[in-house]
Amino acid sequence: MNSRFWLWAASLATYAFLYIPLAVVVIFSFNDSLLNAEWVGFTTRWYTKLLHDDDMLRAAANSLLIALASSSISTVLGAMAGLAMHRYRPRWLPLLVLTPVAMPEILLGVSLLLFFRQVLDLSLGLFSILVAHITFSIGFVAVIVRARLAGMDESIFEAARDLGASPWATFRRITLPLIMPALLAGFLMAFTLSIDDFVITFFVAGVGVNTLPLQIYSMIKVAVTPEVNAVSTLLMALTLTLILLASRFAPDLLKARQ
Amino acid sequence: MALLEIRNVTRRFGALEAVKDVSLAIEAGEFFTLLGPSGCGKTTILRMIAGFDEPGEGEILLDGKSLAGVPPEKRPLHTVFQSYALFPHMTVAGNIAFPLEMAGKSALEIRRRVGETLALVHLEDKAASFPHELSGGQKQRVALARGLVNQPRLLLLDEPLGALDAKLRVEMQIELIALQREVGITFVFVTHSQQEALALSHRIAVMRGGRVEQCDEPDQLYTQPANRFVADFVGKINLIEVAVTASSKVLLGLHASGLGEIAATDPRPLAVGEKGAFALRPELIRVHGHKESADLKNRFQGRVRELLYLGDVTLYKVELANGAVIEALMPNAAPGRAKFHEVGDAVWVCWRHDAGVFLRN
Repeated sequence: MNSRFWLWAASLATYAFLYIPLAVVVIFSFNDSLLNAEWVGFTTRWYTKLLHDDDMLRAAANSLLIALASSSISTVLGAMAGLAMHRYRPRWLPLLVLTPVAMPEILLGVSLLLFFRQVLDLSLGLFSILVAHITFSIGFVAVIVRARLAGMDESIFEAARDLGASPWATFRRITLPLIMPALLAGFLMAFTLSIDDFVITFFVAGVGVNTLPLQIYSMIKVAVTPEVNAVSTLLMALTLTLILLASRFAPDLLKARQ
Repeated sequence: MALLEIRNVTRRFGALEAVKDVSLAIEAGEFFTLLGPSGCGKTTILRMIAGFDEPGEGEILLDGKSLAGVPPEKRPLHTVFQSYALFPHMTVAGNIAFPLEMAGKSALEIRRRVGETLALVHLEDKAASFPHELSGGQKQRVALARGLVNQPRLLLLDEPLGALDAKLRVEMQIELIALQREVGITFVFVTHSQQEALALSHRIAVMRGGRVEQCDEPDQLYTQPANRFVADFVGKINLIEVAVTASSKVLLGLHASGLGEIAATDPRPLAVGEKGAFALRPELIRVHGHKESADLKNRFQGRVRELLYLGDVTLYKVELANGAVIEALMPNAAPGRAKFHEVGDAVWVCWRHDAGVFLRN
């Protein structure tokens, strides 16, 4: 009885540590005061102010653009990697695809920065951020697609060929519809990863181009204003929605990530 | 000319020879079965016919034309897979329409043919159902319908009844025979069940270790097995070690060590002293309590060791004088049947002189 109580207490404390800070951010984004100190009254003026902040809007537009492009491209590439891993079962491919997923972000950020500047002599900006985001998103999509394929009866693909479908027709009529939920889940996952990535983006963004997380960071260097709370709340809501959507398309996704 | 001809086909996987120099000719309209234990190469042959695998040596011809290098989708034959392999995202009608769509048939023709084929397998009311809503037997029928709808030259069936329960399997066997007769399409059927093979086939090729041991009609296979493996694999059989003592044109004299002389028949001229096995089906052996009523040519004394009452028949295991145990199946409804023998009873087992087969070593 006693040990049960302590287990519950420990769990509750853990969740409190996880979610109270997030809740505070959300609550204070509606606080009618410039200071994040005490509750004064309800307002939505910080959200209105956000809509008139040009820097913020430009950063948001950049983030959305990069997230859309990088998640689209990494869905295609990741699906190809997932299919290849499933079909040919090469030993080295999972390692190659999954390493960027497991790699510490700071390492990936630094190495990409060096690669772009020293090796390719690429000027940093939207393009370098895009490439970086694709790099770390492919692995996630590949894993989701492969998991979906692993649960499938292999002979249905042979059956399609047997019944007169060319390899391309088999892909279009059988494989693609069957992995579609995994592709959607992978896309949403990649979108989420891209839109709130800070560390890697920080290294490869260069000067002059900001994404939403970079913009937030530069704002809190001065002070944590209610405006930061508001934009954080919006970002949180978007991410949460996407994760929930993704887990609807691939029900084992949330389990796998725990 | 045979519809399908397999000529000296060999297939190796690394060091393993899955199929060794197999030659078979399958005629149009035939229900042909490849029978054998798992790993005998029967599925490899089926996959090579379907085009999922290519022979290492030899060739496969359909209508006299080599299938070498022809991809599966270009071969005018379809497969019914063991797992049914129905497309889970398509309805029953969608599944059956698939091969017609791939063949570029018109929407009108597709609708008509799907309807006809659904009627053929008695699934008219399931056209809009998805595979996960069907029972095992219904999935089986959809797989058959999908394989037949585009009228292939050949339908390959890979253990299609394996996943069904025993009662349903017998029903599906009867349906399968009727279906094959109705559509007139050549069936090549793969199974490890000798009962299924005997019940369904026009001809059976018994395989072991990548080779065809015997290819014959079911009753020939059962009554005239070519060797010990076939005799033992197809049905129940007693194998008695013997040596030839006399061989005339038809009559054959055999000696079983510790038991005595056995009279048999064999048209082959056999050398005196040749060793082999005398193969005898249990249902050809009579068990009697008295020597006088055991009036068949071959007659030996023994003792009942075990008996199994199976309803229609009783299986006796009788230990003979030389210690060998022989199995005999006696019908329980035999006229004038006095009583059952009990375990431990001294009995006489007997059989006609033409009842068994001599198998050379």
